[in-house]
Amino acid sequence: MNPRIPRACLARAGRSLSLSSVCRVTPRRCFSRARQRLGEHKDDRLRFPGALEAKFTTDLNFHNPKDNDVISCYRVMDSEGVIVDKTYKRDFSDEEAVKLYTDMLGVSIMDLICLDAQRQGRISFYMVSSGEEGIAVGSSSALSVEDVAFAQYREVGFLMQRGFTFTDAMSQLFANIKDPGRGRNMPVHYGSTALNVHTISSPLATQLPHAAGAAYALKMQHLSSPKSSPRIAVCLFGEGAASEGDFHAAFNIAATRGCPVLFICRNNGYAISTPTADQYRGDGIVSRAAGYGINSIRVDGNDILAVREATKRAKDLCLGTSDGGEAKPVFIEAMSYRVSHHSTSDDSFAYRARVEVEDWKRRDNPITRFRKYLENEGLWDDAKETEARLSIKKELLKAFSAAEKEKKPEILSMFEDIYEELTPELKAQRAELKDILERYPDEYDLSEYDKGKDSL
Amino acid sequence: MKSLRIIRPTAQVLRAVTSSASSTATGRQYSTSPPNARLNIPTDFSTTPILSHSSQSALRNPELSAEVRNSTTKRMNLFQAINDALSTALATDDSVLLFGEDVAFGGVFRCSMNLSQNFGSDRVFNTPLTEQGILGFGIGLAAEGMRPVAEIQFADYVYPAFDQLVNEAAKYRYRDGTNGRGVGGLTVRMPCGGVGHGALYHSQSPESLFTHIPGLRVIMPRGPIQAKGLLLAAIASNDPCIFMEPKALYRAAVEQVPVSSYTLPLSSAEILKPGSDVTVISYGHPLYTCSAAIEHIEKDLGLSVELIDLRTVYPWDKETVLKSVRKTGRCVVVHESMINAGIGAEVAAAIQEDKETFLRLEAPVKRCAGWSIHMPLLYEKLNIPDVARVYDSIKQVTEY
Repeated sequence: MNPRIPRACLARAGRSLSLSSVCRVTPRRCFSRARQRLGEHKDDRLRFPGALEAKFTTDLNFHNPKDNDVISCYRVMDSEGVIVDKTYKRDFSDEEAVKLYTDMLGVSIMDLICLDAQRQGRISFYMVSSGEEGIAVGSSSALSVEDVAFAQYREVGFLMQRGFTFTDAMSQLFANIKDPGRGRNMPVHYGSTALNVHTISSPLATQLPHAAGAAYALKMQHLSSPKSSPRIAVCLFGEGAASEGDFHAAFNIAATRGCPVLFICRNNGYAISTPTADQYRGDGIVSRAAGYGINSIRVDGNDILAVREATKRAKDLCLGTSDGGEAKPVFIEAMSYRVSHHSTSDDSFAYRARVEVEDWKRRDNPITRFRKYLENEGLWDDAKETEARLSIKKELLKAFSAAEKEKKPEILSMFEDIYEELTPELKAQRAELKDILERYPDEYDLSEYDKGKDSL
Repeated sequence: MKSLRIIRPTAQVLRAVTSSASSTATGRQYSTSPPNARLNIPTDFSTTPILSHSSQSALRNPELSAEVRNSTTKRMNLFQAINDALSTALATDDSVLLFGEDVAFGGVFRCSMNLSQNFGSDRVFNTPLTEQGILGFGIGLAAEGMRPVAEIQFADYVYPAFDQLVNEAAKYRYRDGTNGRGVGGLTVRMPCGGVGHGALYHSQSPESLFTHIPGLRVIMPRGPIQAKGLLLAAIASNDPCIFMEPKALYRAAVEQVPVSSYTLPLSSAEILKPGSDVTVISYGHPLYTCSAAIEHIEKDLGLSVELIDLRTVYPWDKETVLKSVRKTGRCVVVHESMINAGIGAEVAAAIQEDKETFLRLEAPVKRCAGWSIHMPLLYEKLNIPDVARVYDSIKQVTEY
């Protein structure tokens, strides 16, 4: 027993512990910083520990967010694909530039075909990425595949840039025997250990604090083996998800623990039917970062070069290499427009004008903008475009029909991976299900499952 | 030691107020029993057979390895045993991290005392005050191969983190499938249960809410030996574990605890005391109440009562329970938390559902638990099952 505990307390605590010391209503004490700074204290500054840098003022002024300038949006090229950032120097090869373009093209072609497949009832659900291919592909291209990624659901381009194939995507969409999710997740809930992308889950924003924790793990692992190259965690999410409590939790904990995590928000103007005016009243999401003490930037999400450049610099900042400091979180708000419906279960013309969407399709999107850039650079032309579209479509359709023909995973999969091993309860339930399937064979069609009822 | 500086004047003021404002009746009601009470007498933790008061009894446990059984013990209370387990885990595995609100200075219940100093502020640290953040952060750490031990300051405050527990921690491995990632390294500790004056938000026992979530292991120790062995098992487990610590036992329960590192099996119940006429099933703090009630009723009615500690409430050890009830034919389940949809409901249903056990039942299964109310400040003693209620429950099932 600690000798510093008062004897009177001990006697009482023997029977029941005093809560007075530990109730949540007890004010938290955090004076150590204040004490350290007492020596350098000046009369015009606060002694209160909560804001030691603050000065006193005699002007009674409420801080109005409108007094701040609206945060500018970084772009490298204009909507004609002409470089406007004169300091910009492309740091990747022509081949890589073309690859970025075809990755985006691949996503958009997959979207078209899968949307139709869902309409025909061949897959149960789908979500397209139209208008946001540049954010996913651009950010991914500036990172290493070793950097650990967490996504929301509209970022298949991120995986594809890392090497996710059409076969991988189709296996997941059809929940066939090759689907690593073993037929448990809805379509577009992709994940890959090889590509370091954690499996997507439907609850919004839950992955934000995960990314902070993962980043802290990466930081600790690098500390214990300094010869390994330092890694960051990257987390993508939409502006609607940023209203969740997990956004707040994640930004705050990432900042206080110095986590090398890059948060990227796709601000596409809508969360299903909810326009941003109903989502927040501040200057987008980017203006919040300063409140958490997090470096941030707003970029043009239709400009893949701007997204890539910002992500590259952000990674250096995350690791502290660019400013010689310590690891820390960084935030990018990428502005875009959700050209498509929210999902196959949504008709967005119920809440926005068709003409608004058509305008956006015509005016600007990341694919046509980058195509113009490539054409200006002499790297692309109509013939190449036709050929690329044809070959992508061919490859995709091949993967599509092969995936559709595959068996579904075995039924046993439904009971596994709940715990490391099947518990006695789960074993009993497996046997009970098998018994039902055997005694009522006409009530179930098990033909699509690998091994039928025999896996149980 | 900041909090203790605050306690001292508060405690003195409290004593002064109670002794001057009223006579001994109200002043003592808090800690003593009514003058004629025979059953509802406070637990004497220094003599209860639940705890190992000697080295020999502590080391006799066949669940311990021969090496541990040949080692030494040290007198510890529950918070010290937890501190010892955390210290052992941090020392033996670099991937173990400990964090939560106020853990750096030692924790509001002293469970993490000296750990930040000994293992560094990178591994034992305070988080901002956000339960969803603490668990989300822990899940991210575990998903990248660490073994985080997250602390929720009171079980009453776990609800902001419910989404992270239910939808994320519990489902992580399932949805990742053959990708093979999970958050099995995660252990979530939280003080739970009544403490005499915790009222609505410092008394709750939400274990049954967690037992409705496939994927989580839910554990509650009854004393220091278990706290150390089960906590080390939870940290080593590759399933996410909820480790609930009865806060009233932190200082009260003291026993001889093996000094070496050891684990106790998860999802395995323990027969605390064999018997042949009635089976009493409980876990955590009420085991002391059950033990006292059994002592009285065995004397009064000449019964032989078997007492079972579930230890892990999910996935629970159905086999040990069913085997016992088949033998005795009578069963009482005791817990602090609300009766409706509590652990007792599951245990009772499993007993009647098992064909063989159903045929051996001589009386309906009796649940003796908290009423279907919130924990009210003034009425805690009338809400948590006490010796009289457990005694009467056993009497009811024997007289049926």
